[in-house]
Formats: sequence, structure tokens, C-alpha cells
Amino acid sequence: MPKVKVPRKSTSVDMTAMTDVAFLLLTFFMLATKFKPDEPVIVDTPSSISEIKLPDVDIMMITIDKENRVFFGIDGQQKRVELLDKMATKYQLTFTDKEKQEFSLLSTFGVPIAQLKQFLSIEPADRNKTKVPGIPSDSLNNELSDWVWNARLVNNNIRVAVKGDQSTSYPTVKQVMNTLQEKNVNRFNFITTMERSAE
Amino acid sequence: MAEIEGGGGGKHKGGKKKGKKLSTRVDFTPMVDLGFLLITFFMLTTSMNKPQTMEINMPDKKKDLTEEEKTIVKASQAITLLLTKDDKVVYYFINDKTGDPETPVITDFDSRKGIRQTLLTENKKRNPLLDSIPIYKAQLNEGKIDQTTYKAHLGSIKGYKDALIVVIKPTDESRYKNLIDILDEMLICNIGRYAVVDITDKEKEMATTATQSK
Repeated sequence: MPKVKVPRKSTSVDMTAMTDVAFLLLTFFMLATKFKPDEPVIVDTPSSISEIKLPDVDIMMITIDKENRVFFGIDGQQKRVELLDKMATKYQLTFTDKEKQEFSLLSTFGVPIAQLKQFLSIEPADRNKTKVPGIPSDSLNNELSDWVWNARLVNNNIRVAVKGDQSTSYPTVKQVMNTLQEKNVNRFNFITTMERSAE
Repeated sequence: MAEIEGGGGGKHKGGKKKGKKLSTRVDFTPMVDLGFLLITFFMLTTSMNKPQTMEINMPDKKKDLTEEEKTIVKASQAITLLLTKDDKVVYYFINDKTGDPETPVITDFDSRKGIRQTLLTENKKRNPLLDSIPIYKAQLNEGKIDQTTYKAHLGSIKGYKDALIVVIKPTDESRYKNLIDILDEMLICNIGRYAVVDITDKEKEMATTATQSK
């Protein structure tokens, strides 16, 4: 009897197609991901059940950390330069092109405008180590209101987002809210983290 | 997962030495593994990155309202919440007849016996339409009504004319978290009309005495 020969098939599968797909997706996600910008302070936001997502563009972010310092930032590098120009005219300061370039890379900052020049001269890596005083927002010297006003001149569609730490004391929040209301910003967002709904 | 050579390597007659033919195929499995691992990572980080937000509308400061625009409400329709230190809330009503504040009650943010229960019961007393929210929600889940209709219904229920009005007055000792928590309660309790208002000296006193007496 002749032996029945079962042809031995190779167990290896052609992985090329799968690899192609995998890397295509990988590339897509890598390009689509926007990494969290480097923030000067860590802010632990309170949680809420609200499910509205914050848009990525046209955002003016006012951050208040637990030591009640106020930070400010807007999106878009070009807009940041425009904003700085406007602020420089207002406070009669001049910024070099290099400083403007440095400023356009800042996502958030918390220094009074008088100290901004010096702050920009610090190496980006060392900036987080230096202790910043925050933007003055009290009634005596309200630079924040100028930042808010000029940011709205630069970008008309800007939305205001307030990001506060859980333990920020209320008077500071009130100050910021009053500043916004004085500048006719009556609608703003509070940034919160997701909370598992109780019901 | 090594390659298994199908044929080849057979017996050759004669002593001729042949250089062994190496397979040109490369095992892609680890590469694919890595690729998918990274995809998973980027997928998860992308969706997590977007922060949640809570919208709030503040009253216009500059504009003086005309008499017609002002809404007149019954005093007993409103509840005043004073956010005080140590995450406590003091609330009180205004008596309709005398116009004086009633005895303030101290409570906290506990979801079972805190301020939420008070708000829910008080709102239910005043707003009979609240019971229909679960019905609409069920209809939405079953696909009978769409999101816009649901929102419209919800809006009209929340804006019911006799519904509870909440006046939030945070004291200087309160934290930002308290403010967010109380705004959250407004969402949970389906309260449509609320406002964050500056505290008066009289109420500050009230809050201090209420917290101390406990």
C-alpha cells in the first residue's frame, strides 16, 4: 500500500499586510494626538458629572493653582505673538523677535508683564524650576483683565476656560470671575474631570 | 514563532557541499505586536486628553435691567446656600409673610444625606413636572425621541415658573471645589435657575454662627 502523503503546509502567515495596517493606524494616531502642553503648575481639578468636552481651538485658559496664583494662556502661536504685540503697546514695552518667538511657545505663563522679559530669557527647561508670582488680578493692578481684553481683540471667537485647583480659595476665583464680568465675558467654562455618576 | 522550512534540505547524492540557502522571510510578529501596542497607547491617550468642562452663565454686570425684564419671584421659592469652610453648606429660606430668613440649617456635600437630598425634596415640592424626566429619559434610551426633543423637554421642565431657585453665596473661606460641587448638584437635581451671588455681611455672620453652634 502506498503511503498517503499529507502535504506539509507552512504555518507561517504573511504578516506584511497586517503590519501595513498597523503602522498606518499608528501613524494616524501619532499625528492626530496632541500632547498635553507643558504646564508650569500641576492643577488638580475638581470632578463633576458634566459631559461637555472642551474644544481644542479658540481657548483662553485661566489657570488658578492651589497657592492662588493666576496663570494665563491662549492657543495658536501666531495669536500669541499678536497678543504680545498688543500688550507691549499697552504697557510701553518692546520685545525682540527672539522673545516673541519664545513667547509663542509658551502655553501658559504666570508672571507680571514687567517680569516677562526676564522670564523669557530663562532656558525653557529651567522655567518650571523658577518660582513665578502669578499674574496680578486684584483691583489695584489688574493685568489679567488686559490680557483677557487683548486676547479677545486678537481672536474674536475665543472661549474662556477657568481651570482651578480643588483647594483654590474662593476669593481668588471671585476675583477672576469679576475680572471676566467686567470685560463682558459672562459665559465661561470651568474645567473639571470626569466623575463616575452616582445614579 | 520560528519559521518552519517547508521543503528543502533534502538528501543530495554525492558529496557536493552546497551553501545553505537562508530564507529571506523575516518574522514580522514582534513588529506587529509593537505596532498594535503603540496604537492602543495612542488611542487611549487621545480620548483621555480632552478635558471636561462645565458651562456657566453669569449675569451681565453693567446692564441695568428694566422693570419688565426683572422677574419677580416669591420669597419662599428661593433657597440660599452659603458655602462655608470645611466643605459645609448652610442653607436657609425666606419666610413669605415676614420676609425674614428662617433658621439656617447646616449640612454638607454628602450625596445621601447632604445638600442633594434637601434640594431634591424642595425642588420636587415646587416643580410637579420633575417626575416626567425619567419618562422622557426612557423614551430617549428607547429611541422614541431624539436628543434635541429630549433637551427641549428638559429645558421646559427645568424652567417651570414655580420651580426652586437657588442662590449660591460662597464665603471667603470656601474652596473652589465647593463651588464646582454645588454647580454639579444643580445639574444632578435638575435645577434650571440658579445664580452665584456675592455674600453680604449679614449672611457671613449667619454662616459663622451656624458653623460655630454645631
